[in-house]
Amino acid sequence: MKLAGLLFLLAGWGIVLSALALLRSTPALVAFVLAGTVVELMGLFLMFRSHLPLSEETR
Amino acid sequence: MAGLALMNSGLGRSRSAAHVMVASLCAVSISAIVYVVCGFSWDGFAGGPAHVWTMKGKPWNWIAAQPFFMRGVELDGSPASLAALLQMFGVGLAALIPLSAAMDRWRLGAICASTAILAGCTFPIFAHWVWGGGWLAQLGVNYGLGQGFLDSGGAGTIQVVGGLTALSIVWILGPRRDKYSPEGMPAAIPGHSLAFVVFGCFLTWFGWLGLNSAGALLFGHIQAGRMVLVAINTTLSAAASGLMALTVTRIRFGRPDASICANGWVGGLVASSAASAFLPPAASLLIGFIAGLLVTFAIDWFEMWLKVDDPGGAIPVHALAGLWGLLAAGLFVRFPGQKSADGQWLAQLVGIATLMGFVLPLTYSLNWLLNRVYPQRVEPEGERQGMDLHELGAGAYPEFVVHTDEFIQR
Repeated sequence: MKLAGLLFLLAGWGIVLSALALLRSTPALVAFVLAGTVVELMGLFLMFRSHLPLSEETR
Repeated sequence: MAGLALMNSGLGRSRSAAHVMVASLCAVSISAIVYVVCGFSWDGFAGGPAHVWTMKGKPWNWIAAQPFFMRGVELDGSPASLAALLQMFGVGLAALIPLSAAMDRWRLGAICASTAILAGCTFPIFAHWVWGGGWLAQLGVNYGLGQGFLDSGGAGTIQVVGGLTALSIVWILGPRRDKYSPEGMPAAIPGHSLAFVVFGCFLTWFGWLGLNSAGALLFGHIQAGRMVLVAINTTLSAAASGLMALTVTRIRFGRPDASICANGWVGGLVASSAASAFLPPAASLLIGFIAGLLVTFAIDWFEMWLKVDDPGGAIPVHALAGLWGLLAAGLFVRFPGQKSADGQWLAQLVGIATLMGFVLPLTYSLNWLLNRVYPQRVEPEGERQGMDLHELGAGAYPEFVVHTDEFIQR
């Protein structure tokens, strides 16, 4: 799950960069930048989820 | 830096107080040396030599191409040399942030190695993109997004980069021993000196006035007279945030919580850093109030629900408040002589996406690799004994009576 989280974070940034490089119309650019940010938030969620300590580790 | 170090020490346990201060000194020393030796080579300054790719006719400035040991810049008081100096202090400040989150369990050797990674790789790359004429700074020129990514005082470049490094370190280290019960309930481990913490707040305020003013002059290119606005906005934001934290804790717990108020104060300073030279005072006040709310609730969320053991509150205070400051800059900024800043919010969002999508994976991966080579967490015996005795051989307060339960094997 950690690796998936990292990949989601990178993928989201990739979407944002690609949108900047490829899109010219402002609404499409806004939509893709927002979409990239949402993908990053999903990656962040996975990262937090994968780092929840197991009960035996916390003792 | 002194203020943050004092706050970090005060928010930790008495048995690790000297360790935090020594670690702060080590972090500042390592960061200065590594940044001068190689960090500035990737960071550079606006208009300096850099590796630029052209994509669809637009230049993408990725990384500076300076020689090592700052040999490419005349250290004579020129804007480039002043920018180099400010960034050397900036990376020292960023290096202190993870100490706050990982204290009581982070080995001194690992602190030095991790700081070298921050000063030699993570910080310079992002700083070049923002302050060194990189692609984020040029979003306005190349893609018409406002004035490009705006972060004159380092809310993203210093605070969020430090905060995300802190998050990575905390994830890698795990929580302190006995912080969470087997059922997952967090135990309260209060800081040992609230006087240190509050005095640290005053020191950080003075330091931040200088940081925001110098950043606005060097990277925001303001007239010297506008430093008055910078000082007013910085103070207003911290005051609003600190008071908001005080009010919220008073309502929630019946009494104001001193450590959360202090964190709220610093959260306001952090949020003010993004664009204090380009905001009306009323906007700074609003930014501060929201930063105070965010920090106060986020400290609980991180501890209770996300199980992130962050004794100094570094992640909410530096990462979260910094991200809010960057976003708020896009919403409220007004440039002199312009009625609106079209697309500025989108430029800020691209910067935020870069921090989360590039800086966090980079700093996490590098620190994870370091942990594979050189384990960063202290042995269980060291954590039980306290970092002062275990790593330094002497406590910060040798004349204090030590509670016996601290040395009983559990």
